[in-house]
Amino acid sequence: MKKYRILIAKPGLDGHDRGAKVVAHALRDAGFEVIYTGLRQTPEQIVKTAIQEDVDLIGLSILSGAHLQLSKKVIELMKKEGIANIPVFVGGIIPPDDVPRLLEIGVTRVFGPGTPLSKIVQEVREVLEGVTSTSGS
Amino acid sequence: MDHKEIAKLITLLENEPDRARDILKKLPKRICPVIGFTGSPGVGKSTLIDQVIARLRSAGKTVAVVAVDPSSPFSQGAFLGDRVRMKKHFLDEGVFIRSMASRGALGGLNESIYDVVELLEAVGFDYVLIETVGVGQAEVEVRYVADVVALVLSPGFGDEMQLLKAGVMEIADIYVVNKSDLEGNDSLYDQLIGFLTFAGRDALNVVKTSALNGSGIEELVDRIITLWKNFAETEKLKQLRKERLRHHTETLARRTLQKYLSAVDSEDPYEGVELALKFMCERLKYGQGGGT
Amino acid sequence: MYDKEQVKKIAEAFEHWQQRTENDMKKFPERKQKFLSSSGYEFKRCYTPLDVAELDYLKDLGMPGEYPYTRGVQRTMYRGRFWTMRQYAGFGTAEETNKRFKYLLQQGQTGLSVAFDLPTQIGYDSDHPLAEGEVGRVGVAVDSLRDIEILFDGIPLKDVSTSMTINSTAVILLSMYAVTAQRQGAKIEELRGTIQNDILKEYIARGTYIFPPEPSMKIVTDIFEFCAEHMPKWNTISISGYHIREAGASAVQELAFTFGDAIAYVESAIKAGLDPNVFGRQLSFFFAAHNNFLEEIAKFRAARRIWAKIMKERFNVTNQDAMKLRFHTQTGGSTLTAQQPLNNIVRVAIQALAAVLGGTQSLHTNSFDEALGLPTEQSVQVALRTQQIIAYESGVADIVDPLAGSFAVEALTNEIEEKVWEYLEKIDSLGGMVRAIELGYVQKEIHKSAYEQQLAIEKGEQIVVGVNAFQTKEEKPVENILKVDPALEEKQKEALRQLREQRDNRAVAKALKELKQAAQEGKNIVPYVFEAVKCYATLGEISDVLREVYGEYTESTSI
Ligand code: B12
Ligand SMILES: Nc1nc2c(ncn2[C@@H]2O[C@H](COP(=O)(O)OP(=O)(O)OP(=O)(O)O)[C@@H](O)[C@H]2O)c(=O)[nH]1
Ligand SMILES: [Mg+2]
Repeated sequence: MKKYRILIAKPGLDGHDRGAKVVAHALRDAGFEVIYTGLRQTPEQIVKTAIQEDVDLIGLSILSGAHLQLSKKVIELMKKEGIANIPVFVGGIIPPDDVPRLLEIGVTRVFGPGTPLSKIVQEVREVLEGVTSTSGS
Repeated sequence: MDHKEIAKLITLLENEPDRARDILKKLPKRICPVIGFTGSPGVGKSTLIDQVIARLRSAGKTVAVVAVDPSSPFSQGAFLGDRVRMKKHFLDEGVFIRSMASRGALGGLNESIYDVVELLEAVGFDYVLIETVGVGQAEVEVRYVADVVALVLSPGFGDEMQLLKAGVMEIADIYVVNKSDLEGNDSLYDQLIGFLTFAGRDALNVVKTSALNGSGIEELVDRIITLWKNFAETEKLKQLRKERLRHHTETLARRTLQKYLSAVDSEDPYEGVELALKFMCERLKYGQGGGT
Repeated sequence: MYDKEQVKKIAEAFEHWQQRTENDMKKFPERKQKFLSSSGYEFKRCYTPLDVAELDYLKDLGMPGEYPYTRGVQRTMYRGRFWTMRQYAGFGTAEETNKRFKYLLQQGQTGLSVAFDLPTQIGYDSDHPLAEGEVGRVGVAVDSLRDIEILFDGIPLKDVSTSMTINSTAVILLSMYAVTAQRQGAKIEELRGTIQNDILKEYIARGTYIFPPEPSMKIVTDIFEFCAEHMPKWNTISISGYHIREAGASAVQELAFTFGDAIAYVESAIKAGLDPNVFGRQLSFFFAAHNNFLEEIAKFRAARRIWAKIMKERFNVTNQDAMKLRFHTQTGGSTLTAQQPLNNIVRVAIQALAAVLGGTQSLHTNSFDEALGLPTEQSVQVALRTQQIIAYESGVADIVDPLAGSFAVEALTNEIEEKVWEYLEKIDSLGGMVRAIELGYVQKEIHKSAYEQQLAIEKGEQIVVGVNAFQTKEEKPVENILKVDPALEEKQKEALRQLREQRDNRAVAKALKELKQAAQEGKNIVPYVFEAVKCYATLGEISDVLREVYGEYTESTSI
């Protein structure tokens, strides 16, 4: 039986973890196996963790304004390590102008403040299972 | 084999246990010390493992860690957080860390643990470390998987009575009194020595550690290695591995039987078992390893 | 507060009224089954003298400026002087932030409050690999004394009171500030201001820790000791519930965990041989003001009473000044939304009003673009004006503690106090706050509350206007979002490179060596940090020395 594994990571020096933990909790309650690595992860650490844990999706939570640099670095390293096929979700304080830039870098989806948890769960399912309904499994 | 390949194989072993035989068949048989860490939640198992890794690495050894956390009985999801405490080693090519959810297994580990450990031994790690769920109840499975079991305790923490009742005290080879930097540690240490004396067990294998400041770690690792070497030199290791094989076989049998049981539909329980066993025998004969 | 006869009569009347109301409710039911506070206890339909019948005015409330300070820490409160209007600000380089400070002072702000960038808060210089992309991003970048000199250029430090949100590296920034003031010709004895210096809540809620709890507490006490002697007007710590609340705690948890921390600091200082009658006067607090208006007012009033009792009864303090809870307030950032951002102006006004009615000593009002980015000049102006309108136009500042005696407010004040004591008992039973944090207990409680709040919004039990109700189809994006120029990072790194060339590196090496030795020997490190700072040793270099001696902390995470 396939169980999806998701890495929730906090790259950089950002200490805002309320959102990351709430999202991780919701994903657990939606039936996913969530690996949480705590604060202050470098892109290198995140990518190594993603490899060893063989995750199906990487979620980055960034509220420190350094999202462009950090996401770019994570995705570059993912390419180098041959895991660029893993979808990357980014959440946090992302100014509207930066959303297209993140998508261009290779981020799969972007979520800002006020996003309902149910929407996040739904989009994770969508991307992982190709499911588009909101109903749970 | 690189970390990516190992990681993918573990996923396969977890998700499609029926393919384990084919996967493991291709790998050389190889053994290395397998060390289990068990104990109540929060006693410091992960932090201790972090320190043990550091120590083994400074001796040039490669290390694989499997850390198991509980799955939610409601959603079957899991929050796997042991890794946080092992951050220092994330970039070290000689260290491989894998978090695992228990997925409903009762013994404090995950059903695929036997296959996963066999894989990690086969691909050449010098040490395999296992952290159990840490719910403090009947977590005895680790006894069959690991060669050396360390039971981690810490003062004022976890319910020692609970551990006694659950028989966890009996399964340990080494008792680690962690958080020795805190007060209350001496009393725990004394009680433990007393307990072991009257239980007729070897009180020598009690180690005081602080996973916070690193004291006692060297001694702990030395004890673990010495014990394992002793086991290897005597018949003990062979016996342990035989036990492991037996439990692995049992787990496999249970899983296989369950699969066939769920496929039969009978009003009579006796007949149900007969039918399931019949199907099973047919399939196993033709299906080479039961792959479906 | 009422005589027995009267209470009896009121009780009878109340009983009748309840019956009639419940009758009416068969036809006209209330909006909800239960009306809950943020802390999960129930609000009554209506409060009456019965709810405050046990209240002893002199014992439980007292006069303003008198024990137990429920009604305020000064006798005349805002009739004497308004609260200090202090907007938290900082971004980019010291030059940039210096300009913002001057703008704020010119707009009528009465105190300064410095936001530092993350590398500065976590002890990395701007050229450290981990600082990449973070320099000047969410606060001002400070590498050495030179940056502080620029930051306060043209601002006479002897006349202004400055608050610095700095914790793990507080000792370094305090030293830089004091040395800069000295070089401006001021005496450090006369400096007024605050360093946050509250390390325990960093482990719980804010995340800019460096060292493990024990050495961190040692540095905190070193600062207490140094300031008691040399900087008596300086607030040596701002024990903060704000971040705890913003991380997801309820109002009750906010107070309970803050006082848990406070007790740990006082105990640690007493253990180090300091007198709480002396250092107690230099403790200050920092709370959040959220939306639940009456509960928040009650929270501030309860906080003063609880702290006075803790100091008097638990620590046997006799000096009245050491029992007074003086606090800064910030409106609740996490209540502010990215959707329909102008609505935030209204939320902030309500919250600020609660802080003023609760008797705060200083106030930061958040800007309406809170959930979008750092405030712009325009948005911060509206935020500051909100305070000025409350001060000059609303009239609420003209009467001291005007809500005292309100049945509801007094009952809520009692309710909150009681619940806080329960939590404090629990913390004591776990072996104190440091232990409770190490066990992850406090973090788990806060996360649980955060998740529950999120689920309540998810289910529509909690309405957030513009987010899960009253949404507009098409939102006009806010045009002006503050962006920090990424080129500033290079500029800062270049300046640092030059500094390293120009300064007397022999003096730096010597000062760092002496600091290391002092730390190893367990001496008070403050004077040694002063010396290192004076010869332009950098923040990263000083932090590295301390990391070597003290080690580093790993967080305790679970959900
Ligand atoms: C709460 C808060 C804090 C708390 C943090 C507590 C904690 N432990 O998390 C405290 C008070 C400690 C704090 C401190 C600071 N803060 Co603050 N903080 C906020 C605030 C008010 C709310 C954030 C929040 O938790 N919201 C609730 C959660 C549930 O929402 P969320 O994190 O946005 O997550 C949602 C989505 O974004 C998304 N999401 C988030 N992550 C992920 C990940 C994945 C994988 C997915 C799918 C989705 C997803 O889903 C979530 C659910 O909807 C914001 C402003 C705001 N209103 O957003 C400022 C804000 C983020 N903080 C800010 C700043 C500057 C700071 C400081 C750096 C200030 C300083 N100089 O010292 C400090 C330092 C903190 C540090 N160590 O890094 C700025 C950042 C500016 C920027 N990026 O340009 C903001 C925007 C405020 C502002 N306008 O100035 N802060
Ligand atoms: N004082 C002290 N604290 C320790 C020590 N070892 C671990 N801790 C702390 O104890 C807490 C729990 O440590 P973990 O290593 O996560 O414990 P665990 O047994 O792995 O916990 P679970 O995986 O949740 O069962 C953390 O806050 C550690 O910092 C120690 O030797 N001394
Ligand atoms: Mg663990």
